[in-house]
This record gives sequence, C-alpha cells and structure tokens, in this order.
Amino acid sequence: MTALSFSARLTALANPKRFLDISGVLLPWTAIAALLFLSAGFYMALFTTPPDYQQGETVKIMFVHVPAAWMGMFVYGVMAAAAFTGLVFKHPLADMSAKAAAPLGAAFTALALFTGALWGKPMWGTYWVWDARLTSELILLFIYLGYIALWDSIEDPVRAAKATAVLALVGAVNLPIIHFSVDWWNTLHQPASLLREGGPAIHPAFLWPLLTMAVGYNILFVWLLLLRIRTEIYHRRARSLMLVQGAGP
Amino acid sequence: MSPARALLRRDIMLAFRAGGGAMLAVAFFGTIAALVPLGVGADLPLLSRIAGGILWVAAALSALLSLDRLFQADFEDGGLDLIALSPLSLEAAAGLKILAHWLTTGLPLTLVSPLLALFFNLPAEGYVALIGGLAIGTPALSAVGAIGAALTLSVRRGGLILALIVLPLVTPAVIFGSGAVLTALEGGGTAAILFLGAFSLGAVALSPFSAAAAVRLNLAG
Repeated sequence: MTALSFSARLTALANPKRFLDISGVLLPWTAIAALLFLSAGFYMALFTTPPDYQQGETVKIMFVHVPAAWMGMFVYGVMAAAAFTGLVFKHPLADMSAKAAAPLGAAFTALALFTGALWGKPMWGTYWVWDARLTSELILLFIYLGYIALWDSIEDPVRAAKATAVLALVGAVNLPIIHFSVDWWNTLHQPASLLREGGPAIHPAFLWPLLTMAVGYNILFVWLLLLRIRTEIYHRRARSLMLVQGAGP
Repeated sequence: MSPARALLRRDIMLAFRAGGGAMLAVAFFGTIAALVPLGVGADLPLLSRIAGGILWVAAALSALLSLDRLFQADFEDGGLDLIALSPLSLEAAAGLKILAHWLTTGLPLTLVSPLLALFFNLPAEGYVALIGGLAIGTPALSAVGAIGAALTLSVRRGGLILALIVLPLVTPAVIFGSGAVLTALEGGGTAAILFLGAFSLGAVALSPFSAAAAVRLNLAG
C-alpha cells in the first residue's frame, strides 16, 4: 500500500465501488467472527457461570439484555457521527451508513427493552417501571423511529439525507439532556456497575461472558451494517438505471 | 417598519385570521383537559395530583397543532424564498416565527391554565408553579417544534411525523414542568423550575440555527 495519509485513505473509501470490493472481502470474516464470539458468549453464559444466589438462573438474561442496551446507545453515536460526516464533509457513503445503522440501533434498543421486561418480572415483580433508565431507553427508541420515519417521508434522497442528518445531530445533543432529566426521578434500575471508580463491580465469572457477548454483538452489528450499506448502494444503482431507462432512447 | 417587525406582525395576523389563532389552541387545550377526568374518573384527590402532568401534556399537544404549517404554508406559496432573500437572516426569521407561534399558542395556554386547573381541584400552592412553569417552558415547545416543522416542511401531511419527531425531544420540558407543580404541592423547592428554565433558554437560543439550517436544505433541494 502506498504511503497515504489517514484522511486520504478515508476519502479513498468514499468510492462506492471500492467500498463494495473491500466490504465484499470483509463480509464472510465478520460473519464468522460474530458467530464465534456469540457462540462462545452463549456457551459461557449458559454453562460456565453459576446461578445467582438471589435470582437463580434468570440472572443470565443479563447476557442478552445488557449488551443490547449498550449497542442501542453505541449505534446512535455511530449514526450521529455518520450524519455529521455526511452533512459537513459531504462524504458520499456517510449518509448511507447512517440510514443503514438506524434500524439496527432501533432493533437493539427494542431487544433491550423486551429482554429487560422479561427480566423485570422475576426480579422486580413487574414488567415495567417508569424509572430513569427504562424511560430513557424508551425515548431513545422513539427517536430512532422518528429518524427512520423521516427518511421514508421525504422523497428526494439528497434532501432526506440532509434533513435526517440535522435530526440525528439535534437528537444527539438532546439525548444527554433527556437522560439527565429522566434521571432526576428516583431510579429503581441498578446504578452503573462497569464504568465506575474502583473498577467493575461484577465478578470476573460474569464479566468475561458479558464482554464476550458485547464484542459478539458489536461484530454482528458491523456485519449487518456492511450488508445494509451494500444493499443501499445496489438499490441506488438500480434506481439510476431505471431512471436512465425511463428517459428512453 | 423594520423587516423583523413586519415578519412578526404578518405571522401573528395570519395566525389569527387564517389559522384559528389563539382560540383554536385554547379550545384544544380545554378539550383535552376536559376529556382526561372523563377517562380517568372523577376522583378529585387523584386529579389534583395529576393536574400538572395533564396540563403539560395538553400544552405539548396543543403546541403541535399549528406547528406543521409554520414553514410549510410559506414554502408552498413561495413566501419562504422571499424571506430567505430578505435582509433578515434565516436564523432571525426562524426566531421571529417561533416568537409568533408562542404568542399565539403558548402564551394564551399559559393565561388559561389557572382556569383549567380549577377543574382539577389543584391546591392553591400549585398555581404559581403551574403558570410560571408554563410561561417559562412553552417557548421551548415552540422552539423545538420549529426544528421539526422546518425538517418536515416538504412532507405532505407531515403533522404525524412532526409529532413523532418533536414529542420525544420536548420530554425534559414536560418532566420538569409537571415536576415543578408536584414539588410545589409537596412543600417547595426550586430545582425543577430552574432546570426547566435552563432547558427552555437552551432550546430557544439554539433552535433558530437548526431550524434555519433545515429551511436552507429544503429550499436548496
């Protein structure tokens, strides 16, 4: 490879053809890696971790629920960064990345809410409480749905890309405020156990499967994102071809 | 007359003559406030506890009523292009439209709210927090709503998606506004009103820039 600067290489990736080539090579490897990490995580979660002395086996929903919640927020960050890149630097693939990432983020958030509800019933006695974290997650899901809906309502794709980019950035600014304002209520959900002073509060026996699942979810997201961006590129090519054909000889 | 005054005067006059003006928003507000006790039951102690929340939700929904036409009406007949070409910056124009929207929606709601709080049997301590909270917080509803209105101005029947975009973003206002009434009922404390003020100031200060950016991308496309 020639001695290109980082930004030069990044703009080199902006060529859809190059992206298709590179992602075509990466796809099978990310799929395999995701499968490996998820299988390892599931195996560890189900067989090598002991049941919790209070919650019994139901604690193991944590291994599906917590990484999903992390991914829901991580994907919004990816989406907002892609939106910013598309709006400011006019990187051609950035808008497509944001559009492709949104349903994935919404799915992770919905999964977190659903598995959280299933976990809440045995642990707290109720499927739902209006505490800080759950409410913030629910509002995050609505923001995702609004973003996806806006893409679909504006017909012109260029205009839609810019409008949704503005929405993603406004949402990104507002999300910490929303989370903080909801946090102003009393919270029933347990406070942060991982990123806190003094190191993680979780025993290594639970921590390693959790991190393995998190990495697996992340690689799964990358695989699905690459698939969706490739599909979007083909979709736009098909649309251009149809427009050209419609113009006629 | 300066361009700013002209635009403000025009928007307010349009709201009153063609858009139903303040009466529409107040009537809608009153209808929701009347509907909730019918749905929830006539338990007065319960109603007095949820009064702040109900009135704030009703205020948010009433603000949505006229929001979808905020920029769309001018976009459709070419007025928005003229506003963009005027000596007024688009940010200033957006700010003035937000002001006009608040004057014809948020302010009338705030003035009518003590009357509706009577239907909910709100105790006397809650009134100041309710009226003050609405006065401080309804500009935020108009401001954040204007961002949504600018983003959806080219969408036909964009009212529903406008609601889907705007309502999650104004949740802090609803939370802190109704929280202010609750804390007033429980003995006082300024935290909620202060946070509401902070959210409102931030929204009003920053939203003209987002709204103007959204208008620009729609005009250029």
